[in-house]
Amino acid sequence: MTRKAVALISGGLDSLLAAKLIQQQGIEVEGINFFTGFCVEGHTHAIRKHERNRVKRNNALWVAEQLGIKLHIIDIVDEYKDVVINPKHGYGANLNPCLDCKIFMLHKAQEWLKQHDFDFIITGEVIGQRPKSQRKKLMPVVAEESGADDLLLRPLCARSLPETLPEREGWVDREKLKDFSGRSRKPQMALAAEFGFEDYAQPAGGCCFLTDQSYSVKLQDLWDNRGKRDYELDDIMLLKVGRHIRPSKAFKLIIAREEGENQFLSGYKRQFQTISTVSHAGPLALIEGEPLDPQQLELACAITARYSKGRDADSVEMRFSDREQGSRRIHVKPLPAAQINPDWVIV
Amino acid sequence: MNPVIELDARRLLCPMPVIRLQDCVEKQASGVKVRITCTDPGTMSDIPAWCRINGHRVLATEQLDHEYIFLVQKDPDGN
Repeated sequence: MTRKAVALISGGLDSLLAAKLIQQQGIEVEGINFFTGFCVEGHTHAIRKHERNRVKRNNALWVAEQLGIKLHIIDIVDEYKDVVINPKHGYGANLNPCLDCKIFMLHKAQEWLKQHDFDFIITGEVIGQRPKSQRKKLMPVVAEESGADDLLLRPLCARSLPETLPEREGWVDREKLKDFSGRSRKPQMALAAEFGFEDYAQPAGGCCFLTDQSYSVKLQDLWDNRGKRDYELDDIMLLKVGRHIRPSKAFKLIIAREEGENQFLSGYKRQFQTISTVSHAGPLALIEGEPLDPQQLELACAITARYSKGRDADSVEMRFSDREQGSRRIHVKPLPAAQINPDWVIV
Repeated sequence: MNPVIELDARRLLCPMPVIRLQDCVEKQASGVKVRITCTDPGTMSDIPAWCRINGHRVLATEQLDHEYIFLVQKDPDGN
């Protein structure tokens, strides 16, 4: 009887190697990849025009193709909110709930395994590779709290961990698994060369926006100013786009930095009040927050004009648009850079 | 003859168009055709890759201005 394993495929080298090691033992492998809304390197490429010429691919799909396995991409955006907002084990250096994230994903993988009648789960974890979620003493915690227990096999470091069910039952040969540990990538790179893998995604940890300090500051600002820790998918997409400037608690401007961002933000015109530059080439800005009073609107236009080609002009014509109120033109003197309070800029 | 199922994935960024296509295709019988319209240029690599690894076929690809349109047939070999 051919046993079946489901592999958590992140798109990085470790999950590629882990799945390959298990495939080599005659196990049928399929991959799952979770979409949280935060693991979104490709999004930035899609938005920013100057990035568009770069070769880009979804690394999880690329890994699946190298392995010749099916890949199931699972949308967990809504369920994942609770992981981000209320992490039982706390955050890392930024708003990254790495340990809770790992536990949650393994729990989802275990549910998937039951629904699809698979036998065990494999991951590309390596002892000590990540400061929190891959510490040796926390690995049993992850296995237990996720419910995966000894159905969870970590082929790259299995020989340094207690035996799991697939090993005890003889479905896989423990001696053919690895005992990698630590932050060095050399053992993985050597194994990749042995398997003939080239052009794999560079490691590691840069795929989640929650590990990014600037992104986390913007997310915290969003929570602080809304008075609640919550978000929608559009919120977390917009945190990756443009300059975020908050001149007062009442509103924030999201100002495009280049043409690709202008085009992306224009897709939100039906949801937001917007400011655009009429008399000069310039950015589109979304206004997030309460409706502005005339003074706030003038300030918002003057800030937006500062990032237009008319930044040195005495007067720049702007267009304020609101889906319900229609649009009107406003003339402002662009705010000099020195008058943009550094505390307004969310980075 | 079965009609082609239309999917609108405009404004969605990868991998969301792929997820939209995947969730639609899963519910269909082998041979059913789905046309998906996207705006993320990443779909030009991701949708064909997803079809290749899952045994589906891209019958046609078209680019119109900022839109990328794929006609996909589910599992034409009935695997």
